[in-house]
Amino acid sequence: MPEEIKAHITGVVFQVVARAGDTVAAGDPVIVLESMKMEIPVEAPSAGTVREISVAEGQTVQEGETVALLE
Amino acid sequence: MFDSVLVANRGEIARRVIRACRVLGVRAIAVYSEADREAPHVGDADEAVLIGPPPARDSYLNVAAILEAARQTRAQAIHPGYGFLSENWRFADECGRAGLVFVGPPPAAIRAMGDKTEARRLMARAGVPVVPGSDGAVRDPEHAAAFAESVGYPVILKASSGGGGIGMARVDRPGDLARAFTAAARRAEAAFASGALYVEKYLEHPRHVEVQIFGDASGAVVHLHERECSVQRRHQKLLEESPAANLSRATKSGLVDAAVTGAREIRYANAGTVEFLVDAAGSFYFLEMNTRLQVEHPVTEYVTGVDLVVAQLRVAAGESLPWRQQDIVQRGAAIEARVYAEDPERGFVPSPGTITRLDLPDAAGIRIESGIAHGSTVSVHYDPLLMKIIASADSRARAIERLDDALARARIEGVKTTLPFLRRVLRHEGFRQGQVNTQMVEQGAFNA
Repeated sequence: MPEEIKAHITGVVFQVVARAGDTVAAGDPVIVLESMKMEIPVEAPSAGTVREISVAEGQTVQEGETVALLE
Repeated sequence: MFDSVLVANRGEIARRVIRACRVLGVRAIAVYSEADREAPHVGDADEAVLIGPPPARDSYLNVAAILEAARQTRAQAIHPGYGFLSENWRFADECGRAGLVFVGPPPAAIRAMGDKTEARRLMARAGVPVVPGSDGAVRDPEHAAAFAESVGYPVILKASSGGGGIGMARVDRPGDLARAFTAAARRAEAAFASGALYVEKYLEHPRHVEVQIFGDASGAVVHLHERECSVQRRHQKLLEESPAANLSRATKSGLVDAAVTGAREIRYANAGTVEFLVDAAGSFYFLEMNTRLQVEHPVTEYVTGVDLVVAQLRVAAGESLPWRQQDIVQRGAAIEARVYAEDPERGFVPSPGTITRLDLPDAAGIRIESGIAHGSTVSVHYDPLLMKIIASADSRARAIERLDDALARARIEGVKTTLPFLRRVLRHEGFRQGQVNTQMVEQGAFNA
């Protein structure tokens, strides 16, 4: 069962750091959001392989929205 | 005086400048992005021009769109506020070429102070103290050690091409220097493709004290006393006050003299602020100069009784400074609290949203500079400052009391705000005694 990585704040996707297929450790940034002139990373909650990145750079995401799937 | 001024900003500062235009009977023209169609500053102005989509680079930082808005509305001057284009010397220069008066200093002064190494060099040349440093890269750990011995430990190693704290290392003892040097050089190399490091004396628990200065085209420069801005987080100020508590007469007079000397050196005109770090012994060092109106200007207005924004417009229109130094007396005390849309209980993460409730206190000695109204959208695209609440009184203790009372009665719902954090600061014993430094917030002094 893939794990959903959710945005913890509302913001605009500034950078997509990880790609589908990448192996990540817990705490690695998956995407970076820009909100109110601050850049805030959304991190992998646990180690795994990124199955899908569900957002693109420049897109606005709401707090709680899924930005990637991890397995 | 001008007939019309375009205000190239948004939020509370755009409203503040529009109010100053009203005082002078000047037509105020607002600009706004698509995200700000309903923003209060648009309604305040006599005329408003849409300049582009929500991202700042497409609107409030879009020089061509702003100059075109000025042309369309036949504005004679542009007030940049703070942030956005206010410290962009090219923009100031382009205003001049387009026949518009830029309300601020000459482009050359903005440019000189924008380059931090150049600013340090110019201030040192004028005799203003700067943090003792190696003024350029050191060759190797031995070279760094020789320098550290001369200024005394602790020292800090910084990446010559760096920023954002990367490659910085504090060194407390001679024995730690070689290893710290190697590690910092490696990090700097990885981040900036240059391992060059320079050395500076590390200031332990410094205070941030700044001096408001004002110049005119004739070369006259005055100061409007100091502001204490030590309560800050990641270089973002949270509370500011004037006068600074527990500042010796000697340090105070040294600071204001240095600020005026520095401003004269660069032929400064209009409003500006010279920032200093002050150590426990009262020694002070130039940090940087902000070549614009400062967010925290209201505390200076309170204690001196002047209207800084009106003075900016008058001086930009060619008038002489409206005051002599001896006329500018510091009376009473004023404190400003910056209310940000950030969640202090979650590491100050941004909290955009819609304002669903807004009740603000109306009391003696309280001034509120707000950029929002009930129903306002607080957008992800801009700075999180919602408003400033400023209290003044005959004493610092009374001003703190008034501010605490105002913050307790302010109700802002729909977004998280820094209000609860600000109240903790005001109740902190060290703060009440005026014992503050720039590292307190990050060291958790005010945590719940």
